Parts: sequence; structure tokens; C-alpha cells
Amino acid sequence: MPGFVESRNERGEQTVVIEPERLVEACEHLREDGFNFLSDVTAVDYFGWGSKGVAGYIGTASGRNLNAPGSQGLERQPSVKPKRFAVNYHLLAIPDGRRARVQVWLDDGESVPSVVRVWPTADWHEREAWDMMGIRFEGHPNLSRILMEDDWEGHPLRKDYPLGGEPVRFSGDE
Amino acid sequence: MAVVERPQIYAGTRIPSPVPTILEVPEALRLSDDILEINFGPNHPSTHGVLRLIIELHGERVVGLRAVVGYLHTGFEKNMEYKSWWKAVTYSPRIDYLSFQANELVFVLAVEKLLGIEAPQKAVWMRMLLTELNRIHSHLIWLATAALELGAISMFWYCFREREQILDLFELVTGARMHTRYFQVGGLAEDIPRGFFPEARRFCDRMPKAIDEYEALVDQNEIWLERTKGIGLLSSEDALALGQSGPVLRGSGVDWDLRRDQPYLAYESVDFNVPVYENGDVWDRYKVHMDEMRESTRIAVQCLNRLQRMDGKPWSIDDRKLVLPPREELHTSMESLIHHFKIVTEGYRVPEGEVYTTVESPRGELGCFVVSDGGAKPWRVKFRAPSFVALQATATCMSDALIADLIAIVGSLDTVMGEVDR
Repeated sequence: MPGFVESRNERGEQTVVIEPERLVEACEHLREDGFNFLSDVTAVDYFGWGSKGVAGYIGTASGRNLNAPGSQGLERQPSVKPKRFAVNYHLLAIPDGRRARVQVWLDDGESVPSVVRVWPTADWHEREAWDMMGIRFEGHPNLSRILMEDDWEGHPLRKDYPLGGEPVRFSGDE
Repeated sequence: MAVVERPQIYAGTRIPSPVPTILEVPEALRLSDDILEINFGPNHPSTHGVLRLIIELHGERVVGLRAVVGYLHTGFEKNMEYKSWWKAVTYSPRIDYLSFQANELVFVLAVEKLLGIEAPQKAVWMRMLLTELNRIHSHLIWLATAALELGAISMFWYCFREREQILDLFELVTGARMHTRYFQVGGLAEDIPRGFFPEARRFCDRMPKAIDEYEALVDQNEIWLERTKGIGLLSSEDALALGQSGPVLRGSGVDWDLRRDQPYLAYESVDFNVPVYENGDVWDRYKVHMDEMRESTRIAVQCLNRLQRMDGKPWSIDDRKLVLPPREELHTSMESLIHHFKIVTEGYRVPEGEVYTTVESPRGELGCFVVSDGGAKPWRVKFRAPSFVALQATATCMSDALIADLIAIVGSLDTVMGEVDR
């Protein structure tokens, strides 16, 4: 596959990591392969990921191994992520029902090519990712804010954007 | 009665270019000085919430269309990142206030997948029963409002009569009529109460007759036929390219239903049909909704049969680190009190990982992407809202339509703005 970086299968879900530069080629390849349905595009911000170790009881179906890292006592760090942002494309092949996740990694300020020409449904998904996370999609025909107002500052779903980050205006502020 | 020609699905694509969701006025018309730009919404009784459409008219013909959404954006996903897993469940049903059980289910299934646990059989079947009742509830509201918008006001009262019974059932089980938060990680919040089964059976006996009544009201109605047949066309190729799902996709001739094709819960052990219609117009979407209500009633009866044999079985897993201990134990057991305290204050932790679960909500493929860093709160939650995607088809369905058909077409896409804007 074009731009292939790595592939993993976790919890029965297939993830393919692709170089951002060759994303469109890879997506076209996948669409030819039967993935005719783009279910979702999700951007994830990993800013601050693993900054504090996680300890305590981890709920599992069977295990209560107190000596394993991450259970009570021993701290555990989550695995290191290559860059700050991940954009996940969830694909589905109709009618055979295969699913796959295409993942690209990028830092703040970098951009990914838009896949609107491959799957037109990506239009609003990418606009949402831009609005909420500030991911710039190169070649998107109409990359504007979708959920927030047009003159909104910042991207609310970023981890460095506080909850309740909306400034409160007072009448004496003029 | 006028004979309505069955429409032929058009050849080639009708998705506008370059922006798939914006219908642009042709250059020749733009210069003609005959274009009237109007705002449809955000406050309009037929917009199912607060949807704003900017429409450009040439006479009565819609030549330009652009949807503006976001008026109901409440930041559910951001808020969920700040709540423990246990509390975040409460947010999910509020996203789509008509199919709350499906939203609750998809989030709970995602967390259960991360934890690697399975709910007991009784919880599985009860979840199926309630989500199917919820599907009927959602379709009833769709039918009620879509018909109301086309002038069939009596339909509204009939549908709300049965909707009331479903809400009564939810109240009986969960104590709440909407946003029940009855599903939780590990199973159900409470056992099924006594007196539920006879009430639910009475409803399931009643529902097929009620659907006959609705069809008697509109199926032969000339106004209804004229206003739905051949309106808002969407071919199967365009529907797939635009990511449509649920009744819109099945109304466009694509035989795809997650309940049958990627079964979750126990859908592989129930018998039901997936209605598919070929023409991709408003009428076919209406027929899909009607048939699905019948099929959902059938599934509900099968769930009831199964659940009535499970009396006394556990409704939740018995892991005190994940689910609250029974209330009565708190008075006598120190351990239970500690567990209760720990879950409510700190919550449980969920192993690191990322999962994407999907269920067939009344509106189509409802997905939930959850990322966990191994902590007590979700790192990222994203809902793949079928309404959000359905609205993207407005421009395609509306090309060359008349202004009067706009209401019928937007209504037939069955969007809930709470889910679009999240």
C-alpha cells in the first residue's frame, strides 16, 4: 500500500498507519479494495499524553494481578505516541463488512491532504476536525468552521483549550 | 387518484462539485438578477431543531443551497473528557434526544470492549429490547413530524399516542422517560421490575395495529403520494459516497443493516427482515421507516419471550470494582461501602487503547470512537452521528427541487440537530 508505515491489530480492529503525504493515494487504493464507505474521521490530540503515570485498579474481566504495572501500587506510563495529533479514518466495506482504521500522525501546524475527492462524505468530517482540533486539510474545497462561529478563536477540543474556555463578557468591559 | 410514475434512479452522480454539500447557483443564472436568497431557519418549525439553510431561489426552484449547523453545539465530547467513565455514560444519551438508548448503548459497548468484559445474557437481551422500543419511538416521532410538516396534522396525535406508551414503558423500567441511563458498563443499572412484561406485551400486541392505522391515514392519501413520490432522489452510489446510513441508505436500495451484517448484542439469534426500497425518494424512506417499526416489534416480542425465561438471572456482572454494589449491602458491609465510594469518587480505570464500536441506531450507523490512556477518564470520545452525515445529502437530494419540497426532503433525512451539533 502507498505510504505504508505500520499495521496493528488490537481488540480485533485493524489499524493502518500511513504517511500523511501519501494519504490520498493510500485511500484511493483502499477504495479500490472495496472500502467504499467512510464512516468517520476523528482527530485526537495527544498533548500531555503520559505526563502522569497511571496507577490504581484497572478494571478487567478476570485479572486482579496486583503486581502488574498499572494495577494497585506500581505506576505505568501509556505507550509513547509519535506525534501530537492523530487523524483516524474509519472505513467500512459494503457489502462484505470489513472495517479498517487509517491513521496519520502530525504535529501542530502540519497538514494532511483532504480525502473529499475520494469520499465526498469527508467534507463535513474534515471541517469538524479543523474546527475542533485545528487540523488543516490541504485541498479541502471549503475548509471553514462548522460547529463554532466563524470568528471563533482557538480549537475547543484541543487538550490545551480549557473546559469552559469561553470568555465571559461583563458590561463594564467596553 | 393521480397515477404517480415511479421515478428512475438517475444515471451518473448528482453530488455537487467541488463542495459536495453546497449547491452552487449556475453562473448563467447568477448574473440574471432573478435569484432570491432566503434564510430557512435557524428558527423554523420544520427544521427539527435549529438548522439553518441558506437557499437561493429561481422562481420556485431551488438553485443554491448551503446548510449552516452548530447552533446546538454543547461540547458533549469535551465534557466527557473531564468526567470519569462512570459519569460519562450520562452524557451519551443526551446527544440524540430521540434515540437515547442507542447512544447509551454504543458508548457502553465501547467501554466494555476496552475492558474486555461481556454483559450477562439478561442484560444483552434487555438492551436489545429497549433499543428496539427506542427505534419505534424515534420512528414514530419522525413519522409524526414529517407528516405534520406536510399538513397531515392528525398523524401527529396518533403517533404521539403510541409514543406515550413507549415512554411509559421506559419510565416503568428505568424511572425516567427520556435519557434513561439504564445501560451501564457491565450490564444494566437495575433488574427488570415486576409488571414490566405484561405492559410490554400489551404494547407489542397493539403496535402492528397502530402501524396499520398510520398507513390507512397516509398510504392512499393523494396529497401524501404527490408530495413524497419521486421527490428528493438519491441513488445508491451517491448515498454510499455521501456516507448515508440507516433508512436513507436502505431507501436508496442498499441492503445494509448492521444488526444483520455485523451483529452485536444477540441480533444473530433473532429473526427479522431488513426492508430495502429501490427508488431513493421520500416515499421509499417513509416505507423503510414503517417496515422497520413492524420488524422492531417482532424483535421486541422475541426479546420478551427470551427475557421471561430469565427470571432471577443476573442483570449485571459481579465485579465490585466496576459496578456499584447493591444498595442494601451498604448498610451492613464495610467493603461494599468502600467500593461504592471508590467508584463514585474516583471511578474505575480502563486499559489503554482505542476502539471504534458501531450500532444501528434509528438513524443509521452510530459509531463511537473511544481512546483511553489507562486512566479514570476518557482521553477522547467521538460520536459518529448519523444525522450529521445525513444532512450532507441535502444538497444532492435538493438539486432541481422546488421550494415546497424542501420540507419533505429535509424531513425525510431524519436528522436530529442535537446529534448533528453535539
